[in-house]
Amino acid sequence: MAAEALVPSSAAEAVQLFGDGKDITVFAGGTILMPEIAAGRLKPARTLLLHRSGLDELRIDGDVIRIGATVPVAALVDGSNELLARFAQEIGDREVRAAATVGGNICATAGLGAQRGDLGAPLIALGARVRSDGKGGERTEPVEDFLAGDRSGRLVLEIEVDAPKGAWSAQTLRRRHAHSYSVANVAICSNGDGLRVGVSGIGPAAVRARTVEQSRNAEDVLKDVDPVDDALASAAYRQKMLVVLTQRALDEVGKA
Amino acid sequence: MRLTVNGREHEIASAPLTALLHVLREELEITSPKAGCQQGGCGTCTVLVDGEPRRSCLTPVVMVDGAAITTLEGLGEAEELSAVQAAFHNKYAAQCGFCTPGMVVAATALIERKGGAVDRDDVLEALGGHYCRCTGYVKIVDAVMAASRGDVEAVADLPTPGESEPDVLVKGSPA
Repeated sequence: MAAEALVPSSAAEAVQLFGDGKDITVFAGGTILMPEIAAGRLKPARTLLLHRSGLDELRIDGDVIRIGATVPVAALVDGSNELLARFAQEIGDREVRAAATVGGNICATAGLGAQRGDLGAPLIALGARVRSDGKGGERTEPVEDFLAGDRSGRLVLEIEVDAPKGAWSAQTLRRRHAHSYSVANVAICSNGDGLRVGVSGIGPAAVRARTVEQSRNAEDVLKDVDPVDDALASAAYRQKMLVVLTQRALDEVGKA
Repeated sequence: MRLTVNGREHEIASAPLTALLHVLREELEITSPKAGCQQGGCGTCTVLVDGEPRRSCLTPVVMVDGAAITTLEGLGEAEELSAVQAAFHNKYAAQCGFCTPGMVVAATALIERKGGAVDRDDVLEALGGHYCRCTGYVKIVDAVMAASRGDVEAVADLPTPGESEPDVLVKGSPA
C-alpha cells in the first residue's frame, strides 16, 4: 500500500482526519520527523500534514497570547513574552526555528531518553493551557496535565499563555552546539502569592515541580523529577545540575 | 505538485514526503544543495523557499508545493557571480567547498533581510547552524561582511566550464 499524505485545509478537517490518533503520524514542522524518515527508522503509512490547516495563527488577546499549534518557534523569539523568547532562542538555529513548531515542541516524543521539547518548562511556569482534540472531543487543560497524559491520542490546536505577572527566571544548560538538545531547563514564575516551577529536558516529558513551589528548597526538585541517562548527559549529572539551576532560579526570583 | 526552481517551473513526480533536497538533486539534477548530515544539523542543504532560508533535508516536498525555490545555481552565473559568491572568491572563503552552497544561500538571505551592511554578530547568528569542517569560519565571516558592504571585486579569472570538464554526476552521492 502506498503511503498516504493527508493535507487538510482547515482545523476542523484536521481534527476529523486525526480521529482518535490511531495509526496516524502528525507532521508539523518536520524537524524531528524528517531525520527519522531519512534514516529509515520511521515509515509512516498515513501522515497528517498540518501546514495548510490554518493552525499557524498567533493572536495577542490583552495579556493572553494564543499560539496556534503550527506557529513556528521563530515567532516566539521576537515575541512579547520574554520568558518564552529566552527558551525559544536557544532552540536549533535560524532555519530550524523557522520550521519547528510550538505544537511539535510540546508533543516531541522522547529521543534518546529525554524529551526533545524545551518549551515545556516556561509554559508550565507561565500556567499555559493546551487546547486539543481527539478521542473524547475537544478539551482545554493545563500544559502539565496534557504532558502527563497520553499525547498520542490528542491533536494540539492551540496553546494559550499569559504574560509573566511577576518576577521570573529562565535557567538552561546545554552544550555549545547549535543543534544539541538541552541537558536540563528550569523556569520559575512568581505571581505574588506563589511560585510555579517547570522543568524540561530531563525525562520523557516536562514536569511541574510542585514540591519546590511549596518548600522553595532547590534540592526538593529531585522529589518531583526523575532525570534519565541519554547521549547528552548522565542522570547523575542531570541531578546535580538541576539542583544548581533550581537554586539559581529561586535566587533570581527572590531578589527581583 | 509544482515547484518553481531558479525561475523555471517543474512538475514534480516524487512522493509527497520526499525531502526537497532529494527532489532537487535526484529528480531535477540540481546538485548544489548537498546531502550532508540529512538531520538538519549541518546547513549545507539550505535553499531559499519564497526567499526564506530553509533546510531542504527537513522539508518534505508536499509542504512547499507551489513555492519558489532558489538554490546556489539561481544566485549568479559563472561569468557574473553574485556579490556573496564573488566575496567568497575574493576572500578565499571556500576550502573543500562542501558547506559553501548553504553558507552562500543563508548569507544572501541575511543581507537581503538586513538591507545593507551586516556586523559580525549578525553573521554568527545567521550562519550559526552551518558547519565548515575545514574550519574556515574567519574567512567566511569576513566574506559575508564584505559582500554586505559592497566591498567586492569583479572576478575575472574563474575557469569556465568547457568540454574538457569531466561529467561527474553520481545520483544520490554527496558530491
